[in-house]
Amino acid sequence: MTATALTAGIEGVGLWIAQAPSWAAYRALLAGTTPAAETATRPAPALLPPNERRRAPDTVLVALEAAQAACADAGRDPATLPSVFVSTYGDLAITEHLCQTLATAPRELSPTRFHNSVHNAAAGYWTIACGAATPATALSAEFAMGLLEAMAQLATGAPAVLLVGYDGSAPALLRQVAPTDGLLGGALVLGPPAPGRPRLTLSLDDGEAPPPSTTVAAGNAMAPMLPLFEALARGAPAVVLPAGPGRVLRVELAHG
Amino acid sequence: MQHALPPSRSVPLAITAHTATTALGAGLHAQREALRAGRSGLRRNDFGDAPRLDCWIGRVGGLEQAPLPPPLADWESRNHRLAWMALHQDGFIEAARAAVARHGATRVAVLVGTSTSSIGETEAAYAQQVDGRFPEALVRLLVHTPHALGDFVALATGARGPCMTVATACSSSAKVFALAARMLQAGLADAAVVGGVDTLCGSVLYGFNSLQLVSDEPCRPFDIQRRGLSLGEAGGFALLERDGQARGWLRGYGESSDAHHMSAPHPQGLGARRAMADALARAGLEPDAVGYLNLHGTATPANDSVEAQAVAAMFPETLHASSTKGWTGHTLGAAGIVESVLTLLALEDGLLPGTLNSRDPDPACGPQVRFETAQRRIDYAMNNAFGFGGNNCSLVFARA
Repeated sequence: MTATALTAGIEGVGLWIAQAPSWAAYRALLAGTTPAAETATRPAPALLPPNERRRAPDTVLVALEAAQAACADAGRDPATLPSVFVSTYGDLAITEHLCQTLATAPRELSPTRFHNSVHNAAAGYWTIACGAATPATALSAEFAMGLLEAMAQLATGAPAVLLVGYDGSAPALLRQVAPTDGLLGGALVLGPPAPGRPRLTLSLDDGEAPPPSTTVAAGNAMAPMLPLFEALARGAPAVVLPAGPGRVLRVELAHG
Repeated sequence: MQHALPPSRSVPLAITAHTATTALGAGLHAQREALRAGRSGLRRNDFGDAPRLDCWIGRVGGLEQAPLPPPLADWESRNHRLAWMALHQDGFIEAARAAVARHGATRVAVLVGTSTSSIGETEAAYAQQVDGRFPEALVRLLVHTPHALGDFVALATGARGPCMTVATACSSSAKVFALAARMLQAGLADAAVVGGVDTLCGSVLYGFNSLQLVSDEPCRPFDIQRRGLSLGEAGGFALLERDGQARGWLRGYGESSDAHHMSAPHPQGLGARRAMADALARAGLEPDAVGYLNLHGTATPANDSVEAQAVAAMFPETLHASSTKGWTGHTLGAAGIVESVLTLLALEDGLLPGTLNSRDPDPACGPQVRFETAQRRIDYAMNNAFGFGGNNCSLVFARA
């Protein structure tokens, strides 16, 4: 077997960046019609109780905000969906806190910070907040890999899948080794292709993806996913995402 | 809570090579010998600088004297040294490269699990910072993201198919089998190198200590007197293909979420039961077909009583179930692959491990939880791996 093409319908989209804290705001931004007031500093997913919202890491908040918006857009009950969360670094503010504490007073490590340090923190908070007993997968990889895993789940029996890509900001010291800036979360609910619904078809190929031309969240490690969201917003027919050294994921789009 | 229909039966996948390197030694022979002899790999904590936590650890010997070859110097880390060592046991890397040659590099996926990857090097960078800068030698390393492990294994094996690092804490390298099964079924790859590597580091020793889950004695899973876990490090790999000279078969997988708490299991073990039930459904098997179950069995008070009750509710008394963590320690993100390999050895050898160090069973244990090692030929076996975030995975394997 060599040829590989997988098709899915896009049931819902969610997005959060400071300059455009919703999918609608992002589309307006691309169209040049953003009201100046439409910016935000920290996502506040309604799904989390206020005290958890205060304590949760920023990366968890942005992932949950995008995920919840995508499920609402799809009209899907979040508790019914298996989920795939992709992040390059997880929460680097927690990584820094852990490493600084280990360097100075290791026995004072906070148990809450420790359990929040797992790469599947966002996936864990998500399943707890919406009561989803469904499988949750957390990947450190390119967004294209999360897209492949979500499509593989659809191809093997899942009725619909939630896919979330997110990364946060590196504290100053970590920026030397883990370059990522700002807060970015994007989510898709993928299901079977259906009339009147945008559709994507994937194929893997050799090649190099063009550098993302995004003007927003450009320094974020998950920014390479934005060309897909931009293509969806603009009604573009295709987009190419990086998929490993010398490999690309070609995404053809049909807009309903 | 939602409960979907049980999954339909999945196509078995051939496991054409596998290997594990743990505190018991490098490669399958060392694992077999220690299991047979009842010899634990745990030792008093001698990891890192004093003062150290008063606990026992499962440390892999010889990593300090095993630098990566010069062309891979930019990947230097304890985790990648262990990955490299594990890849070179039992002819695994040759088998992986042969699969790359046979199927084509872009048709071989790399799906590996870890919880902390090379964070030990990031910890060292913080410890050695000068004037708000990391030492240059540590800055240039390609190790400061969890996905470094996936990239490293892809480079080492020459595979250029989909490459993902699964990081769902202690279920990570069990879930890679599920990802591989999907990827092959969906036609995205023709073979998959799966596995996992996790190494001892400050984050996990002091992190689990902060949760008061680390025992001051060698861990005693399912014992009424158990006082917590012993942390270990390990690496292991398996090669999955649709067919070929199988050493064993992956017959089914089940994944679930507890939807309960970030670091405590669901009190009734609902997530664990769902993972085990889905794995059996995909395997097309009834519970009484399973001859051996390698339990997650961390020796923490909560995990073991919840898991024992879930097992007692699902399986007949004849099941031989045990935790092997008294041999290896809890190897976290590598637990899934290590215990899958030990499960495959139980299928190959008919040697069903007991639960090392444990003497007085917790009353929560049903007759399934065995402390004594037994010799019996079996056809099917299961492995459980449960992680923080309430992330569960169960796998069913069959004898070749």
